[in-house]
Amino acid sequence: MVKQKFFSGRRERKITEVLFLVPTVLAFIMVIVIPFIIGIYYSFTNWDGVNPPSAVVGLNNYKNIFTDPAFLHAFLVTVEFTILNVIAVNVVAFLMALLVTSQVKGRNLYRAGFFVPNLIGGIVLGSIWQFIFASILPAFGKMIGWSAISSSLITNANTVVGAMVTVNTWQYAGYIMMIYVASIQGISQQVMEAASVDGATYWVRVRKILIPLMANAFTISLFLTLTNSFKMYDVNLALTNGGPVAMFMGKPVQASELLALNIYNTAFKYSKQAEGQAKAVIFFIVLVVVSLVQVSINKSKEVEM
Amino acid sequence: MSQNALQIVGENKARQKRLRVLAEIGCIILFILFMLPFFIVLMNSARTNAEIINSAVGMPTDWHNFIDNVVAVWNNPTFNFLKALKDSVIITILSLAIISVCSAMAAWVLVRNKTKWSTFLFMMYVAAMVIPFQVVMFPLITWFKTLGDFLHLPLLRSHGGLIFAYLGFGESMTIFIFHGFVKNIPLEIEEAADIDGCSRAGTFFRIVFPLLQPVFVTVLVLNGLWIWNDYLLPLLLLGSNGDVRTIPLAVQGFIGSFVKQWNLIMVSTLLAMLPIIILYIFAQKYIVQGMVEGAVK
Repeated sequence: MVKQKFFSGRRERKITEVLFLVPTVLAFIMVIVIPFIIGIYYSFTNWDGVNPPSAVVGLNNYKNIFTDPAFLHAFLVTVEFTILNVIAVNVVAFLMALLVTSQVKGRNLYRAGFFVPNLIGGIVLGSIWQFIFASILPAFGKMIGWSAISSSLITNANTVVGAMVTVNTWQYAGYIMMIYVASIQGISQQVMEAASVDGATYWVRVRKILIPLMANAFTISLFLTLTNSFKMYDVNLALTNGGPVAMFMGKPVQASELLALNIYNTAFKYSKQAEGQAKAVIFFIVLVVVSLVQVSINKSKEVEM
Repeated sequence: MSQNALQIVGENKARQKRLRVLAEIGCIILFILFMLPFFIVLMNSARTNAEIINSAVGMPTDWHNFIDNVVAVWNNPTFNFLKALKDSVIITILSLAIISVCSAMAAWVLVRNKTKWSTFLFMMYVAAMVIPFQVVMFPLITWFKTLGDFLHLPLLRSHGGLIFAYLGFGESMTIFIFHGFVKNIPLEIEEAADIDGCSRAGTFFRIVFPLLQPVFVTVLVLNGLWIWNDYLLPLLLLGSNGDVRTIPLAVQGFIGSFVKQWNLIMVSTLLAMLPIIILYIFAQKYIVQGMVEGAVK
């Protein structure tokens, strides 16, 4: 009797556990695993997006994309944007974190305010900034006689990346600031005070105490902004939609078309689904490399500690 | 000697005061810069298109224009804000509920059931977090179409298909976060429930689930902001002119359909921002905490 109860208990246990895994495993297979495998396969075929592919073309799609000026340009612009953006976001965020953890009045209001842009989607804020860059700034420039901003910065191939960095910094710095704030608050106030009593000036304390103790927060924030900048899509679409036109390798290309937008446009604007898929696979490989670097850095830190 | 020390302290005090004034000024300037775009949206929502074309920099002359503009955007059939709001709310809330509960269940089983299968599954979820949306998005559409035709289920252009996709894309990170938390729940609590005759499912829902409350903030905020603001997945699964449309789709559709009437576009962005800003005013502490903890994990 007891034994039977025990047995049925174990079976009930097993059944419950399997049932608990079913929804997530099912969704995982249907939404990630199968499309991922199909996607890798399609990148080696002549897939047109509507019908199943009729022929395997080997590495042709990959050869095409590596001689495609639009893709190479998008890759370089994405790298440029990512580097500038990681620096801008983190420098601004760190300075803001220092400001709002000092004794300034109304620091809670500032913290809350700096974070707000992060709540708003890229489509909405990209549209707002398009208005600012296309209408407000030029009008303002003409009013005060400042010629540098008298014409739109997002229709000029030389300034458009800077404009995107500005928007993304405005959107993202408040979030990264919060990560730095949490890290600064975790540092014992006594250490800072002791250094202060010993005569260390504010900047010396920041350089010699705060920054070394915040190493972990810096790693997290750097990789967060790195992957985020690299995958940037919404703001790119709403703000510039890739424009204006620039010359690259003797061909006209889209000056501000980042990789994610280029992948989408290849498939839907230029109807080259298989090439778009091959670009997406390259995009995936780059992100895997970035993640592996991140993991190895985190591992080496653990050893140190 | 002591006079010298005093002097240093005095100098420090003066320097500290100067730094503080500098910080105050820096904060005020930054705050104005950060709020300026919102101010621009508000001001230009209350101007006529002719005024904006005449000069983009300027103040509203008549606040009645604000009401006229809002009414025009609100009643615009292309934008259809109320419908978009309803769809966004349904999709976000149902996705959040399903992702949270299903991921918590899975994470709990994966922690409590240490076999090579559970380890393998967990590793798969961790690995999947690296996969960018771009590499699965094209095949996902054709695959959902095929699967939907086969099962006679509308997976495209429906709430259900999109919510199912959000479960797939959101669960990896959510399981990862829950997994880290469940590991630290003492097993003794569950064993006690087991001995008292509680079923396995009962143990989870009555004992473990309530204990997960602190992580729920992180999970709800991270997934909530992502789903609410997401543009690409709804675009691909719902289409830009389907029956079901989220707010980002409606905004993008509205802007595309107009010959740059900036006053109306500003009103549409204002309406689109309003729900999340209202939520932020009430739940600011939780939203910030959730975002920061999600990043650190």
